[in-house]
This record gives sequence, structure tokens and C-alpha cells, in this order.
Amino acid sequence: MTAEAIHLEEQVARFKERVQGLLPDGGNLDMCLTCGTCSGGCPASGLEGMDPRKFLRMVALGLDEEVLSTPWVWMCTQCERCMHACPMKINIPRLVYEARSNWPRDQRPRGIRESCDFHVQRGGAMGIPKEDWIFVVEDVLEEVRQNQPGWEKLQAPIDKKGTGYYLNQNSREPVTEPEEMVPLWKILHLAGVDWTYSSEMWGGENYCMFLGDDDAWAKIVATQSRIIDDLGCHTFIETE
Amino acid sequence: MQKFNIPHNWELRSIIEFYAKWIREGKLKVNSDWNVENIKFTVQDPCKLVRQSLGDWIAEELRFVVKAVVGEENFVDMVPNKSNNYCCGGGGGFLQNPYVEQRLAFGKIKFDQIMETGARYVIAPCHNCHSQIMELAEHYGGGFKVTHLWTLICLSLGILDENERLYLGDDLKECNLPAKKR
Repeated sequence: MTAEAIHLEEQVARFKERVQGLLPDGGNLDMCLTCGTCSGGCPASGLEGMDPRKFLRMVALGLDEEVLSTPWVWMCTQCERCMHACPMKINIPRLVYEARSNWPRDQRPRGIRESCDFHVQRGGAMGIPKEDWIFVVEDVLEEVRQNQPGWEKLQAPIDKKGTGYYLNQNSREPVTEPEEMVPLWKILHLAGVDWTYSSEMWGGENYCMFLGDDDAWAKIVATQSRIIDDLGCHTFIETE
Repeated sequence: MQKFNIPHNWELRSIIEFYAKWIREGKLKVNSDWNVENIKFTVQDPCKLVRQSLGDWIAEELRFVVKAVVGEENFVDMVPNKSNNYCCGGGGGFLQNPYVEQRLAFGKIKFDQIMETGARYVIAPCHNCHSQIMELAEHYGGGFKVTHLWTLICLSLGILDENERLYLGDDLKECNLPAKKR
């Protein structure tokens, strides 16, 4: 079987040029040795008939239509295994990010989009209202204090000023398995750490990044950053 | 923060780093005495934490904590590991998009890595890894469990209540329980 030849003189690699303009050293996008080390260690190799090397070659050859329409960009997790292994350190994950960003927002996967929108609106990707988040923490804490001997003084503060340490919380626990928050509280108690959650922008995840939505991603990060500064915390402990 | 050039007065640190610090300082007096059956554990290196952010030193700290808690002889590493470890397939929004079949195919390499260790438990310090690896175990019939690190630290300390054992198997449901209610 012979594939039809691609006429390179007709192609302008606009997508490649755009991404090159965004990255230091142009993301090394022209330096591919075509060795395939990227694809060898990529669990997404073979899905949709695509792999990192093929994707990069298509970008370099200017096959923009295919590159910008393949759903493979939603099957690559941007784990950076390819770039880590690449002898030329080519930033393929950033290509994937920019390709995701190029999809019309309403055509990007709904689950990711909703998680992103919830986070921006309500502070966590599962979308529970602020009041429920506060209630769950207080309710679970009260139950532990009453029912577990030795933990009468356990703390789980929200918006406490001047503690020094700020913690985020993955939004899965308060919504589906609240008692799973308790072990970490106990550890912090034993370590003698004075810490706090925040009532707003408290979620530990960030699906806007996965959605390829720069503006929403920046909004979450900037809001959370301001909250941490307002609380007077010197350290943000990332809990996962 | 660098990407968006947002000014801030705080620094970002991983909880894993603090677990290790608090164990070294004696604030968390963990040991592996509870693991009398020599239950084997392995650990997933979250891509965001290790390869993309802090690198191999945090992977080493993670292993220091795990070994202190489950016993050095009961820790079995995956191959490859640390910065070279494979992505599980739970990140990047994969769990939130409709490509389930592809996600499970992606995760087969992780499943095989875990089976190779022979571990009964996978410690996943990331929620996406946690969900994905649990689904892989179910889909491919692995028989292993997936648990958080805080669960095992508290188990080791004898402070893990019976209703905080959602992700432990029957073998650890009653292990090292705190003293009963008064």
C-alpha cells in the first residue's frame, strides 16, 4: 500500500511557528532527531494511530488541520515522559497544550470544562457551594472530637489568619468521602503545625490547566495566591 | 506562578517533604511493627510532583516515608521509577473526558508494572493516580488495593479510626486500631 505523498511546498507550518514564538529557544521544535525515544516511553503511543514522534513530525511538516483536530491530544496526559527522555528536550507536551487550547471551548471534553468552570465559580472542581464546604469540615471535625478519645482538641480551621501554613484540599473528599480528610488533620496536629484552609478557591486540583484555558487557569492561581497572602501564610503546602 | 507572572509572598512546598521532615524530627513516631504479615507495598510517582516539578529528590523522600511506615523489606519499587516512571493515565483530564477505553489501554503499562512488583497495595499520593489505578485493578483484575499515604502514616501511629479505612482491604481493617470509645 502506498500512501499519497505530502507536498511540503504547499504547507506552511503555522501552528509550529506560533508555538515556537511562545517558548524559550522555540521549544527546540526543529531539533528532532526522529529517534523515537519519546514514543518508546509513552503510554499513549498507538492510541488514535498517533504517538509523540508522529505528532511532532506532523506539526513540523505543517499538517495543521490533522494536528489541530485529532482527539489524541485529549489522550496524552501531558505527563512529560517524552520530553524527559528526549535527547533534544523537545517540548512536545506544550504542543499538546496549545493544540487543546486551539479547540473551540465548547467542543473540548465536557467533563474537564465543567470541572474548570466549577472551580472558577465555586473554588473546587466538584462544584459544592462554599457553605457546604465549610459545613462538611466543621461537621466531620465535631464528630471526631466527640467520638474519638484523645482528639478533643483536633483542629481544621478555615480562613484563620496568621497561621503560617496554608493547605489546599482535593475536592473529592468533602464531597464523597469526608472522613478521609481526618488522617491528614491528625498528622498536622501531631506535628504541631498551625495551619488553615480557605473558604474560597480551596480546591487542590486545577482542571482549567488540562482544559487548555489559560485565562481561567490564571484566575484560579491568582485568586488563591491573593487569599494566601491575605491570610498571612508563608508556606502553601500542596497536599498531593 | 511563573507562567502567569503573579507576585506572591509565600512558597510552595509538598506535603511529602513535610512528612519526611516530621518523621526525622521525631514528631511522627512511625514504625512498621504493625506489618507483621510483611504485606508488600509499592508507590506511584505522580508525574506532576516528581518529573514535572520537584524531581527525584522528592521521589526519594516519598520512599523514605513509605519505608519508615511499611518496613524497608516490604517496599517493592516499580521499574522504571521516579522521574522515569510511567504516567498512570489518570491525569491531564483523562478521567474527566469520554475516552474511557483509550484511558484503560493507556493504563495497561502501569497495571503490568504494578503486577510485576507483586505488591498487595499501591500507595498513590495523587487523587488522579488513585482513581485511575483503582479502576485499572478492577478492569484488568489485579487484586491489589490503592491507598493514600496519610492512611498508612496514621495506621502506623495507631491513630487510624475504623471509619477512616475506606481504601484498606480486609487484611488491614482491624490492624492497629486506636483504643475504643470510653
